[in-house]
Amino acid sequence: MIVGSNSSSDAARLVTPTMLVLWLVLATVPLWITRIGLYPYLGIEILIWSLYALAFNLVLGRAGLPSFGHGAYFGIGAYSFGLCQLDIVANLWICLAAAAVVAGLAGVLVAMFISHRRGIYYAFMTIAFGQIFWTLAIKSHRITGGEDGLLKIKRLPADFGLVSFDLTDNVAFYYFVLAVFAVGVAALWRLVHSPYGRVVAAIRQSEVRAAHLGYNVWLYKASVFALSAAVSGFAGGLFAMAQLAAFPDVMSLHQSGYVVMMTLVGGGLVSFWGPVIGVFLFLTARDVIGALTNAWMLYFGLLFIAIVLFRPEGIAGALSAAMQRHSLNALRRRGTSAMRLLVGGGR
Amino acid sequence: MSMLEAAGVHVRFGDRVVLESVDLAVAEGEFHGVMGPNGAGKTTFFNVLTGRVKPSRGKIRLGGEDVTGLSPHRIANKGIARSFQIMTLFDEFSARDNVMMGLPEFRARGLDIARAAAGDRRFAEQASDALAAVGLADKGDVRAKDLSYGDRRALEIAVALAQAPRVLCLDEPTSGLGSDGVQRLATLVARLKGKLTIVAIEHDMEFLFSLADRISVIHWGQVVARGTPHELQQNEWVRRSNLGKFA
Ligand SMILES: Nc1ncnc2c1ncn2[C@@H]1O[C@H](COP(=O)(O)OP(=O)(O)OP(=O)(O)O)[C@@H](O)[C@H]1O
Ligand SMILES: [Mg+2]
Repeated sequence: MIVGSNSSSDAARLVTPTMLVLWLVLATVPLWITRIGLYPYLGIEILIWSLYALAFNLVLGRAGLPSFGHGAYFGIGAYSFGLCQLDIVANLWICLAAAAVVAGLAGVLVAMFISHRRGIYYAFMTIAFGQIFWTLAIKSHRITGGEDGLLKIKRLPADFGLVSFDLTDNVAFYYFVLAVFAVGVAALWRLVHSPYGRVVAAIRQSEVRAAHLGYNVWLYKASVFALSAAVSGFAGGLFAMAQLAAFPDVMSLHQSGYVVMMTLVGGGLVSFWGPVIGVFLFLTARDVIGALTNAWMLYFGLLFIAIVLFRPEGIAGALSAAMQRHSLNALRRRGTSAMRLLVGGGR
Repeated sequence: MSMLEAAGVHVRFGDRVVLESVDLAVAEGEFHGVMGPNGAGKTTFFNVLTGRVKPSRGKIRLGGEDVTGLSPHRIANKGIARSFQIMTLFDEFSARDNVMMGLPEFRARGLDIARAAAGDRRFAEQASDALAAVGLADKGDVRAKDLSYGDRRALEIAVALAQAPRVLCLDEPTSGLGSDGVQRLATLVARLKGKLTIVAIEHDMEFLFSLADRISVIHWGQVVARGTPHELQQNEWVRRSNLGKFA
């Protein structure tokens, strides 16, 4: 998310060419995914985790705050969706809103305690709170089902008054998640390029300077954390629908680490799209390499180490560097390649 | 009434007293110089003025209003802007975006998540004006970290000016500047003189003595001498110390 001069026109847009291309490509996925030996459910997972990772990256990449217990909010969203549906009202919109609101409130609570910190202390506090929520989820057996999980969650129909869509089929649900993802991406893009997003990015670069320019640093740090938690929770609600259940494992420190890894590998520190690239790689590797060997995490771990060592700005950073090297040639040919749209336009 | 007033400011870090009791009164439109040896506590005094350090005793008043102990962002909102001795620009932002962050109108919009920051022409225009004032008119799109040292210093001032402050605190604005840069800064300050209340810490005596209305010398945690440049040149203490030699 370097605010480069070449992206300033995209920054002012609500929907960018990159988004349109991406959405179009994603819309074709159910048409061919089974033919390459994969399945629509993987597409659902990738979209949901992408939304989650984009939300997470508001805190890590945009604000520069190391949050290592973010799975808590994803999980809280999943449980809230399930409990809303099972105990309160079986309405998709209300339950998705509940997922976002409850996770957001948990985010507010935690943000109150951690937002005067930074660096390693901040990281430790996020881990501690993440562990607390995870433990609560496991121990409150009567509410959450403990380690067995909260089962019997249904994919409620998407009711638009005049028409209602049944989402039980994976392809239908995929398109529903894609629509939500598209709206979510546009909203996050706008957020990141709003005055608010710019202040948050400024705080990442120097809290001291931002404060002396008159910005209430604490308020911005707390609010961006809570916003991120709310969107993570929203994604968690979708995940509960996808899985037809909510389990505590996404809240563990271990799985909170996944979203950090995905975001860093993809290049979330330098690119808006980094988290999406990272999620795509991670989940595809899990399925493709995972089919060959149980030790797929070992290979992904090695990739992670290699990237941290050699390409700390992640895949998106490497791609855009490669692109800049070739941009002269590209300019000569006056071509607007898909690559440019995907990487350059997305910065 | 003074625009900015410090009374009996006392600061200690642990058991080390850095400021014993500093008094200062700066009139509206005055350019007040602050000098003193290294480690005298000048920057610390600025940190008190701008809310970064809370004094253990003493009062700070801005336009008669007590602002002692307010947090930095509150004090900035009340109208004290500062530049830093050690530069802390937003390095990844362009020069223009750095200045934009200082605009009060932008600050008022800081919590706006629904509009595109780049979409607002007014911000860009105001930022360009501030850049032009410090001679950076053609460098608006350059990233702060790619600017030369002198340009970065100038950018600091542009950001401070963009805040339209009531009081501007400059911490060694000429440090590291070549003679051209110092000259450019002197011209700018001369233009601002009378319109803006300025407090400037400065080691460059020529700069200070030619521009300041009054100068305070901080040493041993207090103001040991104060007066117009002319008065200070006559001051026995200043003549005997190193400081006088530059005058
Ligand atoms: N936060 C702090 N904690 C402890 N000691 C501090 C702190 N800030 C400053 N000091 C000490 O206070 C003394 C005064 O420092 P200060 O930076 O105010 O001096 P100065 O007059 O600005 O010096 P210079 O001309 O070198 O900029 C120094 O000895 C410094 O080490
Ligand atoms: Mg100093």
